[in-house]
Amino acid sequence: MAAHLKKRVYEEFTKVVQQQQEEIATKKLRLTKPSKSAALHIDLCKATSPADALQYLLQFARKPVEAESVEGVVRILLEHYYKENDPSVRLKIASLLGLLSKTAGFSPDCIMDDAINILQNEKSHQVLAQLLDTLLAIGTKLPENQAIQMRLVDVACKHLTDTSHGVRNKCLQLLGNLGSLEKSVTKDGEGLAVRDVQKIIGDYFSDQDPRVRTAAIKAMLQLHERGLKLHQTIYNQACKLLSDDYEQVRSAAVQLIWVVSQLYPESIVPIPSSNEEIRLVDDAFGKICHMVSDGSWVVRVQAAKLLGSMEQVSSHFLEQTLDKKLMSDLRRKRTAHERAKELYSSGEFSTGRKWGDDAPKEEIDTGAVNLIESGACGAFVHGLEDEMYEVRIAAVEALCMLAQSSPSFAEKCLDFLVDMFNDEIEEVRLQSIHTMRKISNNITLREDQLDTVLAVLEDSSRDIREALHELLCCTNVSTKEGIHLALVELLKNLTKYPTDRDSIWKCLKFLGSRHPTLVLPLVPELLSTHPFFDTAEPDMDDPAYIAVLVLIFNAAKTCPTMPALFSDHTFRHYAYLRDSLSHLVPALRLPGRKLVSSAVSPSIMPHEDPSHQFLQQSLERVYSLQHLDPQGTQELLELTIRDLQRLGELQSELAGVADFSATYLRCQLLLIKALQEKLWNVAAPLYLKQSDLASAAAKQIMEETYKMEFMYSGVENKQVVIIHHMRLQAKALQLIVTARTTRGVDPLFGMCEKFLQEVDFFQRCFIADLPHLQDSFVDKLLDLMPRLMTSKPVEVVKILQTMLRQSTFLHLPLPEQIHKASATIIEPAGESDNPLRFTSGLVVALDVDATLEHVQDPQSTVKVQVLYPDGQAQMIHPKPADFRNPGPGRHRLITQVYLSHTAWTEPCQVEVRLLLAYNSSSRIPKSPWIEGGEVSPQVETSIEGTIPFSKSVKVYIMPKPARR
Amino acid sequence: MPEIRVTPLGAGQDVGRSCILVSIAGKNVMLDCGMHMGFNDDRRFPDFSYITRSGRLTDFLDCVIISHFHLDHCGALPYFSEMVGYDGPIYMTHPTQAICPILLEDYRKIAVDKKGEANFFTSQMIKDCMKKVVAVHLHQTVQVDDELEIKAYYAGHVLGAAMFQIKVGSESVVYTGDYNMTPDRHLGAAWIDRCRPNLLITESTYATTIRDSKRCRERDFLKKVHEAVERGGKVLIPVFALGRAQELCILLETFWERMNLKAPIYFSTGLTEKANHYYKLFITWTNQKIRKTFVQRNMFEFKHIKAFDRAFADNPGPMVVFATPGMLHAGQSLQIFRKWAGNEKNMGTVGHKILSGQRKLEMEGRQVLEVKMQVEYMSFSAHADAKGIMQLVGQVEPEGVLLVHGEAKKMEFLKQKIEQELRVSCYMPANGETVTLPTSPSIPVGISLGLLKREMAQGLLPDAKKPRLLHGTLIMKDSNFRLVSSEQALKELGLAEHQLRFTCRVHLHDPRKEQETALRVYSHLKRWAPRSFWLGLGRSGARGGSHCASRQRPQGPLRAAPSRWVRDCGVHPHPGCCPLRGPRHQGAAGVLDLPG
Repeated sequence: MAAHLKKRVYEEFTKVVQQQQEEIATKKLRLTKPSKSAALHIDLCKATSPADALQYLLQFARKPVEAESVEGVVRILLEHYYKENDPSVRLKIASLLGLLSKTAGFSPDCIMDDAINILQNEKSHQVLAQLLDTLLAIGTKLPENQAIQMRLVDVACKHLTDTSHGVRNKCLQLLGNLGSLEKSVTKDGEGLAVRDVQKIIGDYFSDQDPRVRTAAIKAMLQLHERGLKLHQTIYNQACKLLSDDYEQVRSAAVQLIWVVSQLYPESIVPIPSSNEEIRLVDDAFGKICHMVSDGSWVVRVQAAKLLGSMEQVSSHFLEQTLDKKLMSDLRRKRTAHERAKELYSSGEFSTGRKWGDDAPKEEIDTGAVNLIESGACGAFVHGLEDEMYEVRIAAVEALCMLAQSSPSFAEKCLDFLVDMFNDEIEEVRLQSIHTMRKISNNITLREDQLDTVLAVLEDSSRDIREALHELLCCTNVSTKEGIHLALVELLKNLTKYPTDRDSIWKCLKFLGSRHPTLVLPLVPELLSTHPFFDTAEPDMDDPAYIAVLVLIFNAAKTCPTMPALFSDHTFRHYAYLRDSLSHLVPALRLPGRKLVSSAVSPSIMPHEDPSHQFLQQSLERVYSLQHLDPQGTQELLELTIRDLQRLGELQSELAGVADFSATYLRCQLLLIKALQEKLWNVAAPLYLKQSDLASAAAKQIMEETYKMEFMYSGVENKQVVIIHHMRLQAKALQLIVTARTTRGVDPLFGMCEKFLQEVDFFQRCFIADLPHLQDSFVDKLLDLMPRLMTSKPVEVVKILQTMLRQSTFLHLPLPEQIHKASATIIEPAGESDNPLRFTSGLVVALDVDATLEHVQDPQSTVKVQVLYPDGQAQMIHPKPADFRNPGPGRHRLITQVYLSHTAWTEPCQVEVRLLLAYNSSSRIPKSPWIEGGEVSPQVETSIEGTIPFSKSVKVYIMPKPARR
Repeated sequence: MPEIRVTPLGAGQDVGRSCILVSIAGKNVMLDCGMHMGFNDDRRFPDFSYITRSGRLTDFLDCVIISHFHLDHCGALPYFSEMVGYDGPIYMTHPTQAICPILLEDYRKIAVDKKGEANFFTSQMIKDCMKKVVAVHLHQTVQVDDELEIKAYYAGHVLGAAMFQIKVGSESVVYTGDYNMTPDRHLGAAWIDRCRPNLLITESTYATTIRDSKRCRERDFLKKVHEAVERGGKVLIPVFALGRAQELCILLETFWERMNLKAPIYFSTGLTEKANHYYKLFITWTNQKIRKTFVQRNMFEFKHIKAFDRAFADNPGPMVVFATPGMLHAGQSLQIFRKWAGNEKNMGTVGHKILSGQRKLEMEGRQVLEVKMQVEYMSFSAHADAKGIMQLVGQVEPEGVLLVHGEAKKMEFLKQKIEQELRVSCYMPANGETVTLPTSPSIPVGISLGLLKREMAQGLLPDAKKPRLLHGTLIMKDSNFRLVSSEQALKELGLAEHQLRFTCRVHLHDPRKEQETALRVYSHLKRWAPRSFWLGLGRSGARGGSHCASRQRPQGPLRAAPSRWVRDCGVHPHPGCCPLRGPRHQGAAGVLDLPG
């Protein structure tokens, strides 16, 4: 009876819900639509004062307007505009017109006439400017309508003579955005005049207001951006603007000059005060270089940045930028380059590095020395020692770009880059190291330069050191002493910072393979072999020894004579390392060794890699088993999981795949185990205890599936389906276990209902993939769906149970590239015995430094968790700026975690670990019908949670009571 | 003729004892008041009797400005204000105000306690003197009196060093003090806006030097010190002035920290410790890096640098010591030098003689010291080099440049460069020599808005940089000038409009019709008239006493000949507009005309 009653209530309830939803939805739609323009009209009529009207307009502006009702609204606004006396209200209306004309799906050409009309009668400058802005919005909305554009340009020209800078600004903006170079014919007072937009804009380069001048230059740049070719005549005008009093003008002018220099690099311009000529791009380069020592740092940054992209500049100009002393005006005396150099080394100018060398001597030819017209001279020297690090970084970047295109320049700028390694700001140091890495193809480091570079290895910042390791990976060293020096310094680094181990090994790998001939003479020394005596066998676990071996083995790969120098234990160590660190140690062709295997190795294609084959085979083996006895299945699964895990450890490139598959198999194993439980055959009251196992299995499967879904990058839709399917099975298991263990059916109603909803949801989300899931659990489930919907919970459970047992094992297709997200906390190291003391109630900042691998979008997903000994857990969201991206797929989190607690009597450990937050709704593909206004009923299925993905680190802390 | 007069009392073709007198538009300003390191007699202070033989200095000087706290820029201040007697305001920046008395006190101690000089200023005098100081902020315009205003700009060089703009009306002078155009480890670069003064007084210490990039210098220095310390040697770094010591300290401190070195670094004198305290406080005056990071850690709180004790000099093992004075002529640096000179492992950067290569030195007491230690010279001076000076001149765009604080011969060279390349006149007076610079102050004239708008409406295109002519009447009443339309001028003066008509009769013998002839004459005139005809008319008008043709800018004639009350300075902007209408001119009746 009770059950029957329940069922009725249940049924009625569902009905009510549906009706409500429908009604609300329809009502909403009808209510919102027609009111817009009418309501606005009423509001505006009601307004007694301009302030009121303004309020109404402001309120109105907050809501979006549909495309169909825009026209009506516009009419009402215009109507009100004509009546309105208050300029601020008119201003608002004008701005609203602009906003409305941007509405998608609305064609604003009908407003244009009105807008132009009101423009003619408007007196207030501000409103005028706003109206022009509106026209700009209209014009940009109708880019293909020539007539309208022409008309708007005319309007803009007419208002260019306005006294207010704002209006002129807007006019210029309009011209820049809409003006075309095709000469349009308009009627002037006297006759036909040709209107050239560039000329008109160019006239305003000498406007009295700096803002208008800036706007004019910007308009010109806008023309260029729209693909119109600027005249070369602008160049001279722009050059004059470089000495403008206002920084924004200068900044824009620098840009304009750059644009022109890219358009006409080869045309010839005369040098003032002489009768020689040079290429325009060289001239522009000189001018921009000059701006690197501008008074305003904004201009300096701009200039330094643009220098980098001027690749056509002649090499001798380029090289001047690095020589501050070479001050002769090379543009006039190009051939006198060498003479000028001598002149300086002969001591007219002192460098200030030797005592007394600035004592005045006889002047040789002061006419040749020119301090100010020096153009490019020393631009980078200035840029690199600028006060603002923004300028320095820009200069380093520019150097990088120029050096990439010119090897000779790269060689020259090396010294300067090396000097930047000593900059006081870490970011600049880092940037210059990266820059050096990028140009390393073009350069070979001299020993003294290498010395300076290597000195940075002692830097306490891990970022810097790692960047430097990467730099060393791809540098060319010229001598064997250089290699030795690098090795010694790297080993020093290794002892000082043992955490750098992997990075250093990798670095030595490349160093070795790049310089086999330089390593060769060093081998006896490095291995400390002696021609006559046997030396002690070094410790195989010593990271430093491994580092040396990595260097040597990689060099030996292309140097066949080298293995002859190895002693016996070296060969043994090779075999060991080749096995344990296969990514660092290459296969060598060793005399007397198995030549067969090495003979095969070159021909190995990536997908034929034996380990990959092994992976495939073992998976095949598992999937092919369908009708094995349960015991055998379990054993095979366990075996395969073990194999896969081992494989993942050995082959780092396969780690992701192996791990992913292993996790899936583990889920399957758990499921099988759970179904093997005896509990299914025993009467309910007896297996209360045992059911723990089954429900724990269900829970664990759920967790594992979340891990599979969110911890791996590169998971595709195919896998997501399988994962979801597995989860569904786990849920079914859970349901069954609950049904068996709980007395009474009351809680089952809810659970069943929920489960069925989920099945429904699964079907909708993965409808496209359902054909692939033949014969699976869900396939059968969906067949029986109608029956399940109507049957009682107990029946549902029964059906589920049988289906779960019958369902087959789904084949998990492997994605191309899959990587497991992982994190390592470098700091805090968790080894300190000294507790971190702080006053209770106040906060203490704990520095957290971690590397993250293969985490997508870490800014939003990675969290830090702090667990206090009392079980209190705290989740901290790091700032987006705390994440760095040192390489593809790698991230580094450097943040501060604030701890606080009430007083303790003893120091205790808190645990810090990283969590990966997930939100299941983000992964699920949206089927089209879910979109739209309807509220999805499956809100509860979008589960948010976190997965711990790093080892937790213990930090000893001690909150002390505050002293009074 | 208004003029600016500049007389250096010190630092004219010389380094040290900076003291420059400037008279600008009737105001007298003294820039810096320093002492000379090289002298111990009267010559060490500027000769203030030059200013006035009798009477108090306060009556002659409107203010004194101190650019920074180095003694060659402020050393004579207590003597000047307390012993010679000056009660007017003394302007300096806040850090200068804080550190200056420490240095003065130290200087006094050496002079009185060590050398036993009598008749020297006392501690109390220093205190009294500092009471007269008015501290200024950067970019703060300080009104000294109704007309004279000064403004400070950042100069680099040392903490609190400033450049000053001195301005009276439209005339102005910029005094740079000592400045540095390249930023270093603790200070930023000098910066000034394009203020276009009449005169720029700039230091020229490095008039003939273009320095290497500071990075090379720093790297050299660090490398050399590092090597010496690794060898186990001791490094003596004699430093000249407060400020440079801090720079080197920061350099070494950060290097020690980055490289994790352990050798001790010592800092010799107590005075710098006090000054260090202020360095920690005036963070806003330092460079970007220190300003941005001081919240985490104040860079001036050194971890590796400790105070020096005399006994430490004999300690074994490597160490680095900063000691004063820079030239090893006395004091602690000399003592340490004597101890260490014998060991070739040690390194020092010292003394003139040693630098010039001498290896055997005769000390007091006739003993001969053999120098075995390595000697290096490194210039970390925070002065602008030749290129920096040129850069600043270019940035300021002055009408003239005046060089001080440098050696005459080097100045000569720089002067030549400036005149050649910037086309700016350049002066380099010796001490006591006066440079006179004529100026042409502009006189502001008020113009009625109505008139301005009317005239604006006539022009079509904006060419802001070109002068435009406009009709109007200049009214000079009391000491203000106004430009109003002639109608309004008439109204204000209560005069009626008076029309003059010039006619002349020309007989034309033309057989054509009247109409045709008129047209031909018109077109002919139109072609020829613009210049000759209208100038002619203009001149005749002038003779008639009502009109003055002028093709100059409006302020041109105003400046040249201040007429007594009303003057019509208008000309038709478009001479060809109505030639046939006849020379009908509107002019205020009773207008006085002055020839010219």
